[in-house]
Amino acid sequence: MKNGYFGEFGGAFIPEILHETFQRLTTAYEAARADPEFWNGYVRLMENYSGRPTPLTFAENLSKRYQRRIYIKREDLNQTGAHKANNVMGQGLLMKRMGKQRVIAETGAGQHGMATATMAARMGFECVIYMGAEDVERQRANVFWMERLGATVVPVTSGSRTLKDAVNEALRDWVGSMDDTHYLLGTACGAHPFPAMVSWFQSIIGSEAKTQILAAEGALPTHVYACVGGGSNAMGIFQGFLDHPEVTLVGVEAGGDGIATGRHAARLASGSGTIGVAQGYKTYFLQDDDGQMRDTHSVAAGLDYVGVSPILAHLYTTGRVRFAAATDGEVVAALQELMRTEGLIPALESSHAVACALRELPNLPEEAVVIINLSGRGDKDIFTIADAFDDPGWRRFIRAKAARYAQLDQE
Amino acid sequence: MSPIPPLEPFIRQRLAQRVAAGQSPILLMSHLVLGYPSLEENRRAIDAMAAAGVELMELQIPFSEPIADGPVIAQANQSALDRGFRVAQGLAFAEETIRRHPEVAFLLMTYSNILVAHGVERFIERAAAMGVRGLIVPDWPPQEAQVPMAACRARQGLDWIQLFTPTSTDERLGFIGQQARGFCYCVARKGVTGTRTDFNAALDGFLARCRQATSTPLAVGFGVRTPEDVQSLTHRAEIAVVGTAALEIHLRDGAEAVGAFFTGLRPT
Repeated sequence: MKNGYFGEFGGAFIPEILHETFQRLTTAYEAARADPEFWNGYVRLMENYSGRPTPLTFAENLSKRYQRRIYIKREDLNQTGAHKANNVMGQGLLMKRMGKQRVIAETGAGQHGMATATMAARMGFECVIYMGAEDVERQRANVFWMERLGATVVPVTSGSRTLKDAVNEALRDWVGSMDDTHYLLGTACGAHPFPAMVSWFQSIIGSEAKTQILAAEGALPTHVYACVGGGSNAMGIFQGFLDHPEVTLVGVEAGGDGIATGRHAARLASGSGTIGVAQGYKTYFLQDDDGQMRDTHSVAAGLDYVGVSPILAHLYTTGRVRFAAATDGEVVAALQELMRTEGLIPALESSHAVACALRELPNLPEEAVVIINLSGRGDKDIFTIADAFDDPGWRRFIRAKAARYAQLDQE
Repeated sequence: MSPIPPLEPFIRQRLAQRVAAGQSPILLMSHLVLGYPSLEENRRAIDAMAAAGVELMELQIPFSEPIADGPVIAQANQSALDRGFRVAQGLAFAEETIRRHPEVAFLLMTYSNILVAHGVERFIERAAAMGVRGLIVPDWPPQEAQVPMAACRARQGLDWIQLFTPTSTDERLGFIGQQARGFCYCVARKGVTGTRTDFNAALDGFLARCRQATSTPLAVGFGVRTPEDVQSLTHRAEIAVVGTAALEIHLRDGAEAVGAFFTGLRPT
């Protein structure tokens, strides 16, 4: 197989000016991967800083309700409240190894940017986050935290002023700053080596989950559910079970308003994704017949993306991973149900995995043992989740707060 | 009028003609984004540039993810798409344009996914048939592009253009240079190295490395906007590439001003 390919997917479709940069990163990544001490250091750091191993919580009430044994992998308990911490800390250690002092990253809703900013603060790096100007306006809470953590947030005003323009701006920075700067991509997408490298750091989820379920059940699970945006949390947990074909792996994409409406981000489950090349890699994209990327929709910003990890695209074509979608409506209902039964507050992204599992549970064999990857917690996204619930009390609060600020500004 | 020869002989011929006429030995290649501000405006700009003697023109088919373009061109891509640009329209426009200006060498510039979505072989077949002389696909590096490169080699007169950048090692330049046909596009960047003098020295070093790697002509783009910029490339490269500056003049002063701008770039 060609380097950086997973079946026919992946590759490095990058401008020539970045060739050398990617070469040097690939060399550093491969050297780290070949050195067991690097991985041991990573695991120690994650134990000490991010509370790993995260628990595999037995969902007692939910299990009673559905008459199946349900476990929840608690990535929500990570530093900054999501699996993103695994990737940023791993790449942070790689930066130290490469002698880099400055980190740049793109961010959409701001979660990856915030995770990167915490890593930079902890490791003493200069940090610049590129964020679409529109996203800067919409996600003030995350911008607030990034700036307080010491990062510089650069609003990107070119193109559509959203995530993809932030990626392009970060790449432009990197071309001129490679000597001291690392570009920290947030998911298992993009040009080689990012899909493989990010999946490697996230594999800590799956290796823990496998040990934990064997300890709890004395057997492997029958089903594993994970939400899929770019695909890093799904790759993380699936890697613990890929070699066990008896474990059914289910990736859950954003069904948005429903597949039939066309307003979704289900590249694989909808059947409407087609193979293409964009943003540096080959995979299934939601695109028109000219090859232009389409607008996607999801209540969860982290799943609202046109492409999907080339590794998952490959596992889709081989049939090893099954893909399904959950609609915005199902997702909000599942979030509510998990909160009320188990007292857990999943992120909207992670609620997709919950929604799909709850939908399928009644049809699974009674001896089924299910793991749901809870990739992140929801309470940090209170603005978005309050909107998703259309909460009247929250709206009154924001109005009153705005009025108070307006008054202060006048005084 | 019979069709122009393939790129390399075309370039050598035009340079010889300029020298014979006592003019400076440098060709101009312009760049425009199809559908921006509109195909009608593109047509007027192309007519004006052809009248001003621009030898090569790069027609960019817009793409929604233009990762190799600067902010101005990226914005033009997005605007053209927002106004409903379709690839079929762009190809029909290119075909008509090539017929109207048989003295100009036209190249198509776009991103790999436009070819993939159209069918790589079909796209290249179509481009060759309509008389396109070169393809520039900046997100399709040679190690990934064996299939489209072979398809171009199989057709007389259509070249897959290779890109050189200052960040490439000599080994990398050599690898790319071996596969070069037509000319090589050297992506220099004004401003990156600081002062003008530094830039000149850095450019000399870079172009010397490019010459080592290929015997094809060199086209250089680094944000050329003045006659001095063009002058500084004369005797160092065969082609000066003018992109963003012409687009800015077009938007500010209209299509006709673009012709005057190009005429002014080569006073001698």
